[in-house]
Amino acid sequence: MNADVFVAWFEEAARLVRRDRERLTQLDAAIGDADHGTNLDRGLTEVRAALAGSPPETPAQVLALAGATLIRRIGGASGPLYGSVFRQMGKSLESPVTLAGFAAAFESGVVALERLGKAALGDKTMVDALAPASRALALAVRDGVGVREAFEQAAKAAEEGAKATIPMQARKGRASYLGERSIGHEDPGAASAALFMAALAAVVT
Amino acid sequence: MKKLINTADSVVDDALNGMAAAHPSLRVRDRVVYRAEGPRAGKVGLVSGGGSGHEPLHAGFVGYGMLDAACPGEIFTSPVPDQIIDATRAVDGGAGVLHIVKNYTGDVLNFEMAAELVEDVEVVSVLVDDDVAVQDSLYTAGRRGTGATVFVEKMAGALAEQGAPLAQVALVAGEVDERSRSFGIALTSCTTPHAGKPTFDLPETDVELGIGIHGEPGRARVPMVSARELAGIAMEAIHGDLPLRGDLLVMVNGMGSTPLMELYVVFAEVAAFVKGKGARVTRSLVGNYVTSLDMQGFSVSICLLDDTLTRLWDAPVETPGLRWGR
Repeated sequence: MNADVFVAWFEEAARLVRRDRERLTQLDAAIGDADHGTNLDRGLTEVRAALAGSPPETPAQVLALAGATLIRRIGGASGPLYGSVFRQMGKSLESPVTLAGFAAAFESGVVALERLGKAALGDKTMVDALAPASRALALAVRDGVGVREAFEQAAKAAEEGAKATIPMQARKGRASYLGERSIGHEDPGAASAALFMAALAAVVT
Repeated sequence: MKKLINTADSVVDDALNGMAAAHPSLRVRDRVVYRAEGPRAGKVGLVSGGGSGHEPLHAGFVGYGMLDAACPGEIFTSPVPDQIIDATRAVDGGAGVLHIVKNYTGDVLNFEMAAELVEDVEVVSVLVDDDVAVQDSLYTAGRRGTGATVFVEKMAGALAEQGAPLAQVALVAGEVDERSRSFGIALTSCTTPHAGKPTFDLPETDVELGIGIHGEPGRARVPMVSARELAGIAMEAIHGDLPLRGDLLVMVNGMGSTPLMELYVVFAEVAAFVKGKGARVTRSLVGNYVTSLDMQGFSVSICLLDDTLTRLWDAPVETPGLRWGR
């Protein structure tokens, strides 16, 4: 996996978020303030422009630039949260990138997210999609499966994790203010996190 | 949706251009609104910010006796650290800068990041969390910051204008927050320019109790009742959390599309409630101060005053959104 694959990851994520922009915003409207799709679309458009403007040489640089751009451009909670995931991943990732190295860097990104958002599994946040994805990657490393299969399993785990937020009561972020009324809605952050993982699976052939 | 906009993407910048054109006392640069005269040496700088769509909060409260700078984010989205860093550096008169942050995850995260990155300026942050609609427990992100933000910005701003040091300004800001509570009720949802349709569906027959200021739904939905009953619901929630006593500052705030006539109807009920509890309304504010675009509805904010806070509230202020005594 070279820098091009990581650039392709963000391009595919941008495409998927653009495609699902209305769905993400509608999920956010149900339990938040109806800006998640719009904000993430705007942020990823900026990421694409930044990556095209000065193409990074290493995967770590792609992640660092993407993370910094998301923090500097999105605002809200999703900017710092997604930005921290990718920035921390970038700090941890060594070249050349192996599946084990990627899985470890991804895990450190999820830990940074949990620390910044003070959220854990079951709080109905992005963590509920990303932590299972991280676990799937770790299992894939243990079992010695190929990169493609590993990313497919991670994407599936993220998707299932996002759906699993539906019956949860939110305890963090905007949705927590709804209390029990947040039950029955998919968390928009978990839904967008699942798109990031789907994008990753799509670009590795 | 019919809105007086050019495009949904340009609405914040277009509005800031208009603000700058309408108010020569303000200067707008890179999505930050400053006092035109710049920082005063030795004065603590006050910076606040948050999503756009709550006008006049916060940019409308930049000026003498209140904020030194405001950082408007996208609609209902907190500003980014770069804006907050720019504002913090620009308003530092050598006495440090107070960040006034509403307790929303996005606002908190972005202000925290900015405060960490501005190593060359002394920054203290105060969190506003006055909304009694939110159960403040381990299982929420804490109470939201809503209407009391106006009280904190005004009183801390007055103290800073008088030359008080940063620690003292921060202390009073925190005290104002501790002595303030709010509760909001929506008659309609609002419509953000990007979404193009109401954030939530609210039937003609119902109201949302305990709303925040970002168009997010509240804690319960009940059938529409009279202004007296709605005011009673809001006041019981506030009084139940912080018993009303002594002299009160009372704000009945419109959410953007509520006629002033209706706000006065509500104020009369609020005043009667206060009297019934043996407290006194000694200072008041009725109008649109912390809005949610085109939402119909109101919020009530109460601050338990003492002599110091009353003097700070009465001190001269000259901003687009509040102006008296100068």
